[in-house]
Amino acid sequence: MVEKVLMPQLGESVTEGTIGQWLKNVGDSVEKYESLLEILTDKVNAEVPSPASGVLARILVQAGETVPVGTPIAEIEVAGEAAEVAPQAEPAPAAPSPPAAVVDAPAAPAHPGPTERGRYSPAVRRLAQEHGIDPSRIAGSGAGGRVTRNDVLKAVAERTAPPTAPPAPTAPSAPVAGAPEPPREVAGVAPVPAGPVEPGDRVEPLSNIRRVIAQRMTQAKATVPHAWIMVEVDVSGLVALRERWKAKFREEEGFNLTYLPFMLRATVEGLKAVPQLNAQWNGDSIIYKKRINLGMAAATDRGLVVPVIRDADQKNLVGLAHAVHDLTERARSGRLKLEDLSGGTFTVDNTGAVGTMLTYAVINPPEVGIVTMESIVKRPVVVGDAIAIRSMVNLCLSFDHRVVDGADAARFLNVLKRHLESLGPDSSIY
Amino acid sequence: MTYLEAIRAGLRQEMQLDPRIVIWGEDVGVRGGVFRVTEGLQQEFGEDRVIDSPLAEGAIVGVAIGAAIGGLRPIPEIQFGDFIFPAMNQIVEEAARMRYRSNNDFHVPLVIRAPIGGGIHGALYHSQSVEAFFAHVPGVKVAVPGTPYDAKGLLAAAIADEDPVLFFEHKAAYRSLRGEVPEERYLIPLGQAEVKREGKDLSIITYSLMVNYALRAAETLQQEGISVEVLDLRTVRPLDQARILETAKKTGKVLIVHEDNRTGGIGAEVSAILAEEALFYLDAPIRRLCGPDVPAMPYSPPLEHAFMITPEKIAQAARELARF
Repeated sequence: MVEKVLMPQLGESVTEGTIGQWLKNVGDSVEKYESLLEILTDKVNAEVPSPASGVLARILVQAGETVPVGTPIAEIEVAGEAAEVAPQAEPAPAAPSPPAAVVDAPAAPAHPGPTERGRYSPAVRRLAQEHGIDPSRIAGSGAGGRVTRNDVLKAVAERTAPPTAPPAPTAPSAPVAGAPEPPREVAGVAPVPAGPVEPGDRVEPLSNIRRVIAQRMTQAKATVPHAWIMVEVDVSGLVALRERWKAKFREEEGFNLTYLPFMLRATVEGLKAVPQLNAQWNGDSIIYKKRINLGMAAATDRGLVVPVIRDADQKNLVGLAHAVHDLTERARSGRLKLEDLSGGTFTVDNTGAVGTMLTYAVINPPEVGIVTMESIVKRPVVVGDAIAIRSMVNLCLSFDHRVVDGADAARFLNVLKRHLESLGPDSSIY
Repeated sequence: MTYLEAIRAGLRQEMQLDPRIVIWGEDVGVRGGVFRVTEGLQQEFGEDRVIDSPLAEGAIVGVAIGAAIGGLRPIPEIQFGDFIFPAMNQIVEEAARMRYRSNNDFHVPLVIRAPIGGGIHGALYHSQSVEAFFAHVPGVKVAVPGTPYDAKGLLAAAIADEDPVLFFEHKAAYRSLRGEVPEERYLIPLGQAEVKREGKDLSIITYSLMVNYALRAAETLQQEGISVEVLDLRTVRPLDQARILETAKKTGKVLIVHEDNRTGGIGAEVSAILAEEALFYLDAPIRRLCGPDVPAMPYSPPLEHAFMITPEKIAQAARELARF
């Protein structure tokens, strides 16, 4: 039997996803839960596990294409004995909304438009399936905007046509890595043209993740009015606390205790005190989120990833430490699940890990704030009337000024500051 | 050479080659047939081979069946297709079933010629299309030529066939259609449709006089940028399923045209074949343009015109289908 792999639902408001790359080729055998492909969403990419064991029979949507949630993207010929157990018995683990993602229905158009837009002739359906094209994304030339057989054939021809040659580099010796795709605009802003390619320059086409990051960043900076503030925090007590627990924690929990869980804990306190920052801009309204789901930006060799710790306010410090450890490990090994990457309500960026002192972070819309924890450094500071050597850290906050005013933002950072400064070697971490 | 002359030339050529061929029917001898198809044949082949029969269709066909079983190759003519029904029992019950019922001991090499169709102010009893009645019957073949060339070649094949063939000539085509017809003998196998015009936007599947009308419509549409393929079935039993599917798969849109009325017509059978075998190639609903389901062709010229399929009507239906 054939198990259809559908484009999973990546989040409540997400209606489509882009295929990053296929990790298996047609004809490859694949184990259930083994990574099958990469999907790009927001500013991250994630791997989708196979819903069944078998052989990848057909790839219906090629890398680089964007299709609506629920669109069949591949078919897996389920292996012999697995056929008895595998089918629909359990939803694909990558599908946070099982009803949407596991329905075995034939490609129902996800975007029903005007009557003739959603109705496809058998010929159109067959061709679309054969060529892995979503007919709802083709402009219809038939009566009432109907997508005709010729429209599909034209779309196929256009897709398979060789990419137009890039403009000849001024220096013929310039090594061009592959033929770049014709430049596609990432947002509605006219791009500044690049200068001439000179000898020794390397022209590298955009990877999909790069393209998505570019799009999201441009969109965030172009549409969200960013404002920025910073506080400086004395974390000498926190440093002492960590020193005290370091060895024991490693022994008991099996991994190193870092500063990040403390920062997350402080952020939860801050968001509880200033709910304006745990909110979303909604055009003519503001949505104040009840749940506190913290995104933690992490750099991996696969690109920037922002896994989300759900209900961070319900975890104690050790729980947060475990969540951080688990997500970091899986991010580095590329084993994040899609639900790990969506649903964040606020983001914490541990920029200290890359050695910075100040960061003007870009907000991840529709969230309205992102806070960074910079490097902890020993500095001479005035304590009372004396000068002392203390462990200091800067916390930087970028916030959406449509939703949050400076006073609220400062209040938020001060809650974090007070919380972190209240920690000492005797504080409990359990 | 006209359609009529092609048929006459074919009859003469076959009679010259095969002395077993005999013709009889109403007025086929002295008068040469009401349409003059058999004109001159009695003079050439004598009263024994071209015989004027009594006005009794059942007898014309019944005698022909006996003669065919007895070793002759009779080609009876029914003066108008409309009058073939008295012979229905002979054709369906005897001729069509003979080989089967005698377990191959007897067979009926018989060609029944009859003019069909309207548009010549023939009114109720001189305008009917009767091919669908016979296309339903296993054991007969039904040829419906649409060009002079096909008429001669199909006639030769029908005469060569060892089983009964109904050979329906469109009476409006007799003198209106002209075309190149070779003098030498050639056979067009029964059951082979032919693409009369290549196209890519839609297919018109038709036969008989409507082939010519469809070609004229295709010419009009060509100027509008619509590329029409025209498939001439040439025989409506057997149907050339392979070519029907081929053209449908090629263009994805099918318009079936026949003058015979719609319900239970050849178009219904072609539609069923497409629905069964080519569903996933269809880009539009199958469309039929047929004579209306009224009892008969009217005599009043405006009403006759309203009944008849015209090149303009075909072009309009094809245009709509192309736009879908």
